[in-house]
Amino acid sequence: MAAITFDNVSKIYDDGFRAVSDLNLDVQDGEFVVFVGPSGCGKTTALRMIAGLEEISEGEIKIGERVVNNIPPGGRDVAMVFQNYALYPHMTVAENIGFALKLRKVPKKEAKQRIAQTANIIGLTDHLDRKPRQLSGGQRQRVAMGRAIVREPQVFLMDEPLSNLDAKLRVQMRAEISRIQRHLSVTTVYVTHDQVEAMTMGDRCAVLRRGVLQQFDAPQRLYERPANLFVASFIGSPAMNVLEATFERNGDGAVCRIGDSTLAVPPEVLNARPALAGYEGKQLAVGIRPEALDERRNGDGGTLRGIISAVEALGSEQLAYVDVEAKPVLAEDVLEGLVDMEEANDLAELKGDADGDRATLVARLDASASLRPEDVVDLSVDVRKLHFFDLESGATIGA
Amino acid sequence: MTYGFLVLLAVVFIVPFVIAIVTSFKTDPNATANPLGLRPSPATTAAYHDLFHSQDFPTWVKNSAIVTLCVTFVRVFLDSLAGYALARLRFRGRGAAFATVVAVMAVPGVVLLIPKFLIIRQLGIYDTYYGMIIPLFVDAAGVFIMKNFFESIPVSVEESARIDGASLFRIFWSIVLPMARPALVTLFILSFQGSWNELSHFIVASQSTSLFTLTKGVAQLASGELGAGNRYPLKLAASVLMTIPVAILFFIFQRRIMNASAGAVKE
Repeated sequence: MAAITFDNVSKIYDDGFRAVSDLNLDVQDGEFVVFVGPSGCGKTTALRMIAGLEEISEGEIKIGERVVNNIPPGGRDVAMVFQNYALYPHMTVAENIGFALKLRKVPKKEAKQRIAQTANIIGLTDHLDRKPRQLSGGQRQRVAMGRAIVREPQVFLMDEPLSNLDAKLRVQMRAEISRIQRHLSVTTVYVTHDQVEAMTMGDRCAVLRRGVLQQFDAPQRLYERPANLFVASFIGSPAMNVLEATFERNGDGAVCRIGDSTLAVPPEVLNARPALAGYEGKQLAVGIRPEALDERRNGDGGTLRGIISAVEALGSEQLAYVDVEAKPVLAEDVLEGLVDMEEANDLAELKGDADGDRATLVARLDASASLRPEDVVDLSVDVRKLHFFDLESGATIGA
Repeated sequence: MTYGFLVLLAVVFIVPFVIAIVTSFKTDPNATANPLGLRPSPATTAAYHDLFHSQDFPTWVKNSAIVTLCVTFVRVFLDSLAGYALARLRFRGRGAAFATVVAVMAVPGVVLLIPKFLIIRQLGIYDTYYGMIIPLFVDAAGVFIMKNFFESIPVSVEESARIDGASLFRIFWSIVLPMARPALVTLFILSFQGSWNELSHFIVASQSTSLFTLTKGVAQLASGELGAGNRYPLKLAASVLMTIPVAILFFIFQRRIMNASAGAVKE
């Protein structure tokens, strides 16, 4: 086991494109870290630099105490699980798992024992003589895992290993990988664009955007204390609602004017974010998580009135899409964070869909709430859970 | 209608071969009197007997076998190596090297006969097995086929082997070549067929009768040299025997031309 250190690491391609810029990161020994971000954010490039499959243009990567910049992949003592499994099709499961041991000239008896142990861990003991083409997608993924496990490496690297599996199997394998990682306590770097995977699996997540690290924190911290608008929009499903507001002081507290509505910001919220004082009379972005909205009139901070445009019943809860009089924040930080999630084709499409003075809020409501499209609803806002961002920089307004 | 056309085509291609087989079992007078007849009367194996006992046929077979086996195995290996280098390795002049390979494919073989002859003479390997074999070791078309096939193999499989600690040659030998089986089989058949049926190169590379290959020997027979005269059964018996190895090879290997990459990656 070993820690991994990124020290001002950059990856610049021949055409001058910076896939990763000045990445500084410490992955602790035995930690499960997830690199997450939208397509093209540099997460896979960063992972491939650890593996030695991409040259490091600037900076240093250390595995343990060893700088690995000039060490070939085979000498780094890392094992990698690829998105497309990358199995050796002409070898059996046992040969696939044992190939690395054969290269290291591990005695046959020991190799056989380790292959058997590994097959037991991944649950493929009965399939050791089969070829990859005779296995299902989930089983092939397990073989890929087995090939990594049998090496007993210092580091596991996983490049979107679940993205080719169907939804049900993905949930199952997610738990499986977490279990195996905990069992082996091997330092793991896992790449995904799926923020649910990131939130559920990682001890800590590094959120990347355009090759730049946005925030590196525990999943819950990312959700509750996003560093900027991009992280706030990217982490959480459904995404955070982000609206333009005018901030004004009001006695000990303050108010946020959003369209025709006014939300009262209590003193404890202001005290936790002293920097808000500097926004007196200014425009800022207010973020409201879907669960901070409620159709019952029990809030003391104010309400947002709107018309329900659609309702999605999910069994245990329902998601209401409510059109309100408010200006949505259409900064690229927000839209880029939404692109993958909403499966919109590009930013232009999202921008085109948005109406300048009306915003669609998503509210996560109780399943028992009686809601129908076209109903007018007053959504009370839990003002203690509001997020505030600078409109120019997108940074969280905090201490 | 379509089937009728296909049957007609099949007949057009098969009939000459059938005539060759049938005629090889005819007597000389019968073959001369009725060259296109499909029934030998009387049927005889005299032509085959004659071929093995009063001609140099066994020597031709031996020479063809030596040349073909050497050329085929070495060509498949070298074409694969060159194809892999052009497909995967990054080196200065790679584009130019590949362009040259493609350009060589465009040059008609006949144009190169005289230069080949001069070089073979210069190297002192004229009229030897070396002169017949070495110039056929690499061919541009084979390099081209292998390069294109290697490019279709997922890079991640090779990367996985690199992380497992495999050297470049080990990756080539243990991972890439087995995955390239369909292309290797194709190249093997083409090389075998090409060198077995090669004639022009052997004409410029050798002259002794002890180095005659089947193609050269049968060509001499067909053109009436070696005292063969008008003996159709003898000539066609030689042609039929010459065809058999290639036909057998093709039937053996055609089943093996199948996808060897199935299951490697999620497609």
